Amino acid sequence: MSDTFNPARRWHDMGGDLAGPIPTDQHDFSLWEKRVDALMIIGAAKGFFTVDGLRRVLEDMGEDAFENMTYYERWIASINQNLIEGGAYTTAELAEKMAEVAKRGATYGDAASAS
Amino acid sequence: MPHDHHNHLSPSGHPYRADNDTDLSYWQTMEIAVRELLIEKGITTAQDVANQIETMDSRTPANGAQVVAHAWSDPVFHAELMRDASAATREMGFDIGPLRLIAVENTPQVHNMIVCTLCSCYPRNLLGLPPDWYKSRAYRSRTVREPRTVLSEFGVTLPDATTVRVHDSTADMRYIVIPNRPEGTDNMSQSDLAKLVTRDSMIGTGLAKRP
Repeated sequence: MSDTFNPARRWHDMGGDLAGPIPTDQHDFSLWEKRVDALMIIGAAKGFFTVDGLRRVLEDMGEDAFENMTYYERWIASINQNLIEGGAYTTAELAEKMAEVAKRGATYGDAASAS
Repeated sequence: MPHDHHNHLSPSGHPYRADNDTDLSYWQTMEIAVRELLIEKGITTAQDVANQIETMDSRTPANGAQVVAHAWSDPVFHAELMRDASAATREMGFDIGPLRLIAVENTPQVHNMIVCTLCSCYPRNLLGLPPDWYKSRAYRSRTVREPRTVLSEFGVTLPDATTVRVHDSTADMRYIVIPNRPEGTDNMSQSDLAKLVTRDSMIGTGLAKRP
């Protein structure tokens, strides 16, 4: 959200903006979302990043990501970025593992339970 | 906007969350890959991940309701909670982690509500994961601009003379609202009182139920 009075104000600093009605729809967290949440806690507990590191990547992802990705999609993207920066694994290792996972099946259940 | 499952958009204009039996998405693939890499590298174990999920699932608004009912019933605990909510809730056996928890109390004169305008900070170690609306652009944006209008969307209308205070959470500082104790509850036990304390009443978007 651009701010003509303060160009330094970034998109995530949305307090005070105009917006539509509060959405009332609620979903139950699916297993993969709960796992993302757990990976955030574990990655932080193991010292790979802090909540500030999580937020730094989320904010740098920009407003389009906020609108087009779900909450835990943004989180796994940020957790992954932080883990790579923290040296947990390399981008090459990630690419190889993701390719292997994608071959296991067409659904999350198939791909996750094959491990 | 009506529900439109055909194009997988929710009423808020966002996609419905994919579940186990839907097509494997790019980000789900990443979650599996990241988790397996961390396990292969010995950074965590499958059991640790399962345990963490179980811990998070066990955190529900019922925990906060116990804290509120205790504060309503016990003046000494009430004073401790208002002075240092982290210490007071830890003493009740809740693992609230290293975050600073601050209790803000509703009275007939003052109504408090909490928001995180910058992200989604929430007293998750006490109440569990936040509701989806708490993380929405609409709630984050408007709560500090027009709290009474936001409250009215939750069905809460306050007298004009009531002061509304909005508390903006940060990563390190989380709030919990202690709702106003309803009338006609003088002789109720703590466990019965806790049943009157809703999640929204501890966020400030609701009031405690009447007995």
